[in-house]
Parts: sequence; structure tokens; C-alpha cells
Amino acid sequence: MSRQLIVDGTLVEVDGGETLMHACEKAGAEIPRFCYHERLSIAGNCRMCLVEVHGSPKPIASCAMMVRDLPPNKDGSPKSVSTTSPLVQKAREGVMEFLLINHPLDCPICDQGGECDLQDQAMAFGVGGSRYAENKRAVEDKHIGPLIKTVMTRCIHCTRCVRYMTEVAGVEELGLIGRGEDAEITTYLEKGILSEMSANAVDLCPVGALTHRPWAHNARPWELNSTESIDVMDALGSAIRVDSRGKEVMRVLPRNNDAINEEWISDKTRHVTDGLKMQRLDQPYVRKNDHLVAASWSEALDVVANTLRQADPKRVAAIAGDLAGCEEMFALQQLMHSLGVANLDCRQDGSQLDPRLGRGSYLFNTTIAGIETADAILLIGTNPRLEAAVLNARIRKVWRSGEATIGLVGEAVDLGYEVEHIGSGPQALTDLASGRHGFLETLKDAAQPMVIVGAGAAARSDGNGVLSLAASIAHQVAGGKSPKWRVFNVLHSAASRVGGLDLGFVPADGGKDVSGILQASETGQLDVAYLLGADEIELSRLGSSFVIYQGSHGDRGAHRADVILPGAAYTEKSATYVNTEGRAQMTTQAIFPPGEAKEDWKVIRALSEACGQTLPFDTLPQLRAKMYESHPSLAALDQVARASADDVAALAARGGEVTSEPFAQAIDDYFLTNPIARASRIMAELSALRTTRTATRTPSAA
Amino acid sequence: MLLKDQDRIFQNLYGHHDSGLVGARQRGAWDGTKAFIANGHDSIINEVKTSGLRGRGGAGFPTGLKWSFMPKKDPRPSYLVINADESEPGSCKDREIMRHDPHLLIEGALLASFAMRAHTCYIYIRGEFIRERERLQAAIDEAYAANLIGKNNIHDWDFDLFVHHGGGAYICGEETALLESLEGRKGQPRLKPPFPANVGLYGAPTTVNNVESIAVVPDIMRRGGTWFAGLGHPNNTGTKLFQISGHVERPCVVEEEMGIPLKQLIDDHCGGVRGGWDNLLAVIPGGSSMPLIPAELCDDLTLDFDSLTKLKSGLGTAAIIVMDKTTDPIKAIRRIAYFYRHESCGQCTPCREGTGWMWRVLQRMERGEAEHHEIDLLWDVTKQVEGHTICALGDAAAWPVQGLIRHYRHVIEERIDARKAAQANAAE
Repeated sequence: MSRQLIVDGTLVEVDGGETLMHACEKAGAEIPRFCYHERLSIAGNCRMCLVEVHGSPKPIASCAMMVRDLPPNKDGSPKSVSTTSPLVQKAREGVMEFLLINHPLDCPICDQGGECDLQDQAMAFGVGGSRYAENKRAVEDKHIGPLIKTVMTRCIHCTRCVRYMTEVAGVEELGLIGRGEDAEITTYLEKGILSEMSANAVDLCPVGALTHRPWAHNARPWELNSTESIDVMDALGSAIRVDSRGKEVMRVLPRNNDAINEEWISDKTRHVTDGLKMQRLDQPYVRKNDHLVAASWSEALDVVANTLRQADPKRVAAIAGDLAGCEEMFALQQLMHSLGVANLDCRQDGSQLDPRLGRGSYLFNTTIAGIETADAILLIGTNPRLEAAVLNARIRKVWRSGEATIGLVGEAVDLGYEVEHIGSGPQALTDLASGRHGFLETLKDAAQPMVIVGAGAAARSDGNGVLSLAASIAHQVAGGKSPKWRVFNVLHSAASRVGGLDLGFVPADGGKDVSGILQASETGQLDVAYLLGADEIELSRLGSSFVIYQGSHGDRGAHRADVILPGAAYTEKSATYVNTEGRAQMTTQAIFPPGEAKEDWKVIRALSEACGQTLPFDTLPQLRAKMYESHPSLAALDQVARASADDVAALAARGGEVTSEPFAQAIDDYFLTNPIARASRIMAELSALRTTRTATRTPSAA
Repeated sequence: MLLKDQDRIFQNLYGHHDSGLVGARQRGAWDGTKAFIANGHDSIINEVKTSGLRGRGGAGFPTGLKWSFMPKKDPRPSYLVINADESEPGSCKDREIMRHDPHLLIEGALLASFAMRAHTCYIYIRGEFIRERERLQAAIDEAYAANLIGKNNIHDWDFDLFVHHGGGAYICGEETALLESLEGRKGQPRLKPPFPANVGLYGAPTTVNNVESIAVVPDIMRRGGTWFAGLGHPNNTGTKLFQISGHVERPCVVEEEMGIPLKQLIDDHCGGVRGGWDNLLAVIPGGSSMPLIPAELCDDLTLDFDSLTKLKSGLGTAAIIVMDKTTDPIKAIRRIAYFYRHESCGQCTPCREGTGWMWRVLQRMERGEAEHHEIDLLWDVTKQVEGHTICALGDAAAWPVQGLIRHYRHVIEERIDARKAAQANAAE
């Protein structure tokens, strides 16, 4: 039902379910606000958005008034609303004055300065001076963990942070206690917040009450260069903004992308930045007399080229890690093929996903935004809270709307929403697939069901069987649904994985996969291993192989390496990453790699020349043109192509045995999943905090 | 005395008689209740509309009209919630009803709930009312035992009545904060719309009524709406419990006809103002939130909704606070301002910040430590609070201060001048 309104003389027609604030904005009026946020519930407490509705004696909070509650005038003419009348102006000035009387006005030492809603709106809607002659209120600061710094005297009690934590993050740890002037935001017991998404509350804070502790007093917003980019800490590809000053990344902020992360990012995405400065590989190294010795590029490349040229291609392998971009994987793949190497794998976790079955067998086909329209979800061997925290918030969103039933096969952990725990191991999948468990009916009855398999489940020794069972459940319940709806989903946790699968960075005919490679090295049947940022494999099993490590951080792989080729981190290069939905996106270079480190594709291009197998591209655009030729899906940036449902049927038909072993957590330490995170002091602190907190929790709370 | 004894509704207001079921029945309670219910929902609403009863909680909204807002066909259950969180300073009428005439309230709750098709009623009783709750609960237990209420009761309308003991916060007397508190959450007012009649307790249609509004319903039914409407003045009908406190010889709660002259009320029932009528400084006519009225306007003052509104004050709960000439009006209002500062829930900005500001300025003004222009500033602040808040507590905090400035500006100015003069003297 739409309704007409006259806002400041402009006639607008808006839906009855819209707020008066939106109606006013539609008419071009600017409505100031503090407590209102479109992704949170309506609180209506700041009173900054007051507007005048003719016929109403009092000004009305436009954020909380639905248009349908404003019936037309008695003569049938549309209600008239004013956003600039003296009454409104006076009301705004009044509210602004009240907000400022107990605000410390310590802007010169406040980290919010320059991007503070209170500052901006005081300039735009406030009066110049203060009439308040009394003492100001002071509030004790609260300790709420290593990420959020509090200066509670600055708080204006808008409760955005409370609503965010409760509604979006699903952690009821923040609240408003006390009354009147003495009301305070706190975590009740001043415990650190245990959430993977807590730092978004700081972004929501319209004042400097909550600021980012790791960035405290580091920079002013106007000193920073902003670069729009993509996150690689998980497989979602959240939209981020990298703020840098000189050669340093100062902070990472979320950008809005409704298709992926709305406007949230995980704490890891945001605060991993100090890891970009630590443990960096800034020059090549060559192992001499069992010591890694700094070397020049030409020396290091010569050593590698000689080793590769002399080795039997059957005894050479290349593994791509979790943070590798498509460009370097493509270049390495081309080089290895030209050398006749078949032992390639991008699935360092040992996943049994097979790109030959088609994209539909390894993508998150429903799409992330599609979760919101799902009405039944089956989670298999996945803990989305850790594997994709922002995606988990979407599942929570649809659960909160009361529209979706959620079932879980795997370890019964707290995901922030209620789940029906169906079973712990693959046996539950067999029960579901054969209809012995009632949840299959729930999925069948649902109009838009989803089956989500975790990457960890696919990486088990019986991954084939698990994937096949999951696909068969998805295939069964997909019957009779809209042909556009996709049921089967794989939730990846590594940023590089889908890109690697799309490129076919998997064993060529007769080649070995990761477990084959490791087995061969252990038994001395492998001579050379090329690790492209692969740190999460069992390096001890590489035996006496000659290990070439190309990457950005001196982590596990570099320690084992015989030659280190320093590469660039995701903020230092433009690289393509395909997220779990199959959406290709590109990072943007914000700063330069440190020291002599180079963008990874350039390293491989230079190596190819040293090997005498010069790759046919000299620039990044040339490389991409080649890559797009053979893999056109990578060219369709920011788009998701719907994969064929037959791929799922093929996966279901593949079959495979399953064991009785229960599904384990794919991620044992959320904060330390990759080399950058392991170099970060903040991630280490969070990891330690979580370990102690989980250990000291009472059994009933766990 | 205006009100004749036979027109008295609360015949055991002072607890001289048995407050239990036997005594209540002797006074007429529970008589003919079944017949009223047999006549149907609308007959009760119509009778209450005829009576002209206006809500006794302070706002004076017509009760019958309020009831008629409740949806008639709705799959959700309906609720009646009785507001017994009598916290307005000066008010002390509901506790007398609950202590001494609880069966009128219980019978009224049944009739009102039936009128609104509610099978469940909650009485939210103020945290400090311990004995009142015990008496009320005892009476409810009696009513259950006599099968007057409960499932399959003799009135053929399944009806459950629960007493909920509050925590003692003033804000929980605001109807939507009361509902929040009743649901187990922090007592903070809700945004309106939606109004409780649409989305109230547990998301279901709900009407919140004051204790007195409900307790007079059985007598309106028994004696007829026209009888009630015949008392008092047009649009201000019926009897009313007046509560007179402060500087009178004998403070009391008394049932009187609506529209009784203030002077008559004080002289007849309270033994007059302390030191005589001429010693009167001002009255606060309706509980602490209503602006005070100075003595010069009190001579011909009648106590009803409309005549007090004309004087920019209000009848409120008819809790009349009498102040004689020993009273410092600034100090009195400063103390009231402190109360509202203390009881503001802190949810919305103007009330949270404004109540403290007003109190602090008044604290200085009481000692004369202010400037003349600050009186206008204080007025401005009250205007910035009034009408800008989620609930009426903002208004309640602003009005007494406005009353002070409206009528006693000269006192504030004199206090400031005296202080300045004293300082000047001391300096010399």
C-alpha cells in the first residue's frame, strides 16, 4: 500500500511500510540521526530526526514513524511534512544541545575526530555555543577486550552498539545499565567480548565512545589514502577499504556490498593489518650450509631455475596456498605445464572437491544474499561462525526473521542461533539421504532449502563420500523447486580456493594431489616442491625435497624452504580472487611490497625466463588476457554465473565410502589461520584471550 | 460536602470495615455481576461510555472510548493490564483501594476484561506496596476460592487475574514501560505507534487502565452510567478520590464529587490550610508533575480536568499538594526536579540530559547563585524537553519548572538580587 505525502512542498509517493525518514529522504530532505541505522532495529531514542507533521502538536521522530500510520487529512489531501520549519530547527538545536552538554568535547584527542557524526551534525544542525554552565558528567571507561577502546564519557546512549551485538553479531554481551543520567553502556562484568565480528560496533558508534584500540592515536582520517579492495581472510571476498599512509597500511574498514558482507567485516579482516608489517620476507634467501642466507634476485632465481631444469618433471610438484591470487596461480600453472610437471594442487587442505565435475559441485550456489530467502538450511561439517563469520551473520538474520529452520550435522557448537542437531558424523548424512531422519522432509517441504557443506568436511579422508551424500540430499530436495533455486553449497574458507579450482590448478593426468605429493616426498620420490604461499601443509613430510617458497611472510613454509622468493601481500598487489559463490573480484594495490619483494606474478614471469621457458606475457593486462582466454569466468568481475544443477547430480553420483568418525572443527584457531594472521600481535592476543576464556568457562555456559 | 453518602463508591476507603469478600458483599460488591456479563461485551462498554468516565491515572482519556479501540475479531488474545504502580509523588489513592476495597477492583477487572474480550488480566503493583499486594492477593485468592473468577467460574467467562510486583521504578507507571517490565525486560517506554491496543503485552492487543478507573466500573454497572454522569460537571463526571497532602490540618484521601471547589475540599475534609486560607501560597493540583497554581487563583478553583487545564495545569491523579507561606517554591520545585532526574529512564536524549540540567540550575537558583537571563534559559530547556521525548515523563519533568517560572519568576529574581546584594556588601 503506497501513500502520498508532501515533504517540504514536494509530493512523494512511498510504501506504507517505509519510515517517514525514508519518505523525507526520497523527497530530497536531509534528516540528521544518531541512533537510527538501517541494518538495526529502530530505537528512536536520540530524537535528532524530529520532523513536523502538520496537524500534530508535537514534532515526530521520523525514524520510528511508519508512513502507514500517517493517514491523509480529513479532506483526503496528503499529509504535509516539514523538515526545515522553525519548529524542526528548534527541536534539532535542542537535541543537539542536550547531546553536547555532557559530551566532553575532547575532539582534539579523540580518534573519531574527522569522521564523527556528532561533530558533523553539530556543525550542520547545532548552535554555535554552549549555554551549559554546570559540571559535566564523567563515566568510567570499560574494559571490553583488546579490540574496542572505550571513552564512555563521550557516549550519547544511542544504543547502536548494543543493538548490533545483540541482533547482528548474536552475542548478548553489551547492554545499557543504570537509569537517566547514570545510564551506561557496559558488558555487565567488563569481560572482553567473544565475537568474531565485535569491531563493527565501533564503526557504528556515531561518536568516539568506542574506538579501535589497535589503531589508537595512530592516524587522523584526513592523512590516509583510501583504496577500495577485497578481503582474503576468508572465502567471502568482503568489500574493504584499505587506508594507508606512506608505505604502511594503517587500517582496514568495511565497504558496503549487499551481495556479500552488507557493511560488516570480521575482526580478523579488520585487525590483521599489523601482521602486514611483521615477519615480512623482504628479500630473496638461499639456504647455504643449512642456513638461509640473503641473496640477490638473480642469484635466487638462478638457483631455482637450475634446480627445476635439472629435475625430473615427474619428481617436481607445486602447491598453491590459501592466499594466492589467480594471476600467480595461472602463471605458475603455465610454467609448470611448460616444464612438463603434472603434480599441481591448489587444495592444500586435501579437499576432494573436483573441478572436473563442474562449477556447481564446488560453489556456494545459493549465493550469500540468497541465504536471506532460504527457509530451511542444513549445515554439514561446518562452523560458519569461524569459517565465514560475516556469512554466519546472514544465517542468523534469516533465523531471526523466524523464516528458517536450521539443521546441523557436525559438532554442536554455539553458532549464535538455534539449530536442530541432527548428528555428529557421516552416519547422520546417510540417515538423511535415505529419509530415515525427519529433517529431510523439512528440507523437502521448504520452498527454498539450502544444504551447506563445509570445506573441512570435503577435506576428510572420506571427503568423496561426504560430498556425494550431501549432494545427493541436495539433489533429492531440489525436486519440484523453482528451476532458478540452487540447493547445494560448499562453504570454502580459503580465499584462493575457488579461483584455483576454476583455473584447474589440480593434478593433470597422472599427477599427484597434495596427499600424493607429501607421500612421495616422505618416501624420497619427490625432488622439488614449489610452495606458492602454502604454509598449511604438513611441512615435516616434505622429507629431503628441495623446497622453493614464494610468499609474503616468514612463516612455516619459509622456515622449511631452501630458496625463498619474497612476494606481495593482498594489499600490495592487484590480484583476482574468486569467492565461495564463484564471484571473481580484484584487489587493488594500496601500498608497495616491502624491500625487494615483488608482485607474485612478476616473480614467476622472471623465473620462467631463467628457466628458458619464458611465459608469453610481460604485463599484468597481457597475463590477464591470456588467463581470460582459457578461463572466461574470471573476466566477469563482480558477477555470479549460475552453475548447472547437473553438476550436483554428478557429484551425488560419484559415490564413495564414509567412515563413522564425527566431523571435527575445520578451524581450530580462528585468529591464526594464515601467515599474515600468525604474524599479527593482535590476532595472537585474541587467540590467547579466547583460549583462556573458553578454558575458564563453566560447563553450563559452554 | 458535595457528595452524598449514598453516592459513595468506596465505602471502605478508611478500612473501618471488613475488606474481605464477606464485607465487600455486604457493601454490594459482586452483586449482579453475572447479569452484566450476560448482557454482552458491548453493553458494558456502552454503559461506561454513558457514564463519561475519564481515566483516573492522570491523562483523563475517556475510558469507554479507550476500551472500544480493542479489536473485536483478532486471533491473538487480548489483555487487560491494571496499572497499580502508583508512584506519582502526592498520589496515594490506589493503595487505599487495594488495601480496603480490593473486591471492587477484582470485580471491575472481570467486567472490564469481559468487555474487551480478555481472559487474562495483570495487575502491575508498585514495588514498595508490600502490604497492599498481600491484601490484594488475599482478596484474589478469596475470589478464586468462591469461583467468582478463574476457569469455569460462575460468571461464565474464564478469567485469570495475576498480580505482578514491580521493582519500584517511577517510569514503570508509564503504560508501555510497564508492559516492558511485565514482559521481564528493562522498564523503558516503547515507541508509539503502534499503540498497546494494537501491539501491547506479548505483542497482543492490550489496554492499560488505572486502578481507580477499573474499581468504579462495577458501581457504574450497578447504578447505571447516567447516575455517574449526573455527578460532577459535564465532561468531568462522577466521583473522584482526592488526596490532599502538605500544609493542611488533616491530610487525607477522600471520595468527592468531581468539580468540587478546592477551598471547600480543604475546609470540609482537611480542617483547612495550616494557619488559615490566607496563609495558602500555592497548590499542586494533580501530583508532582502538574504545574503549581498560586493562591490568588485558588479562591474559586474547582477541581476537574477542564478547569485546571484552563489554568495551564491539570487534575492529574487529583493528588493535591498544599503549600503554605512557609514554603520556598524554588526549593519545592527543585526537589521535584531531582525526583524526575532520578527517575528518568535514560532512553531518550531530551529527558536524560534535560532533567539533570533543570535540577542543577534550580539548585543554584534556590541559593540565588544565578543570573537573571538564566531564568529564560531554564524556560528554554523545559521547552526543549517538553514534547520531544518518547513518553510523557519529559513533559512531567518540564511542567513543574514551567509552573514555577510562570508564577514565581519574581521570587527567583529577588533571590538572585538578594544574593548579589549580599555579596556586594561582603565585598565592601
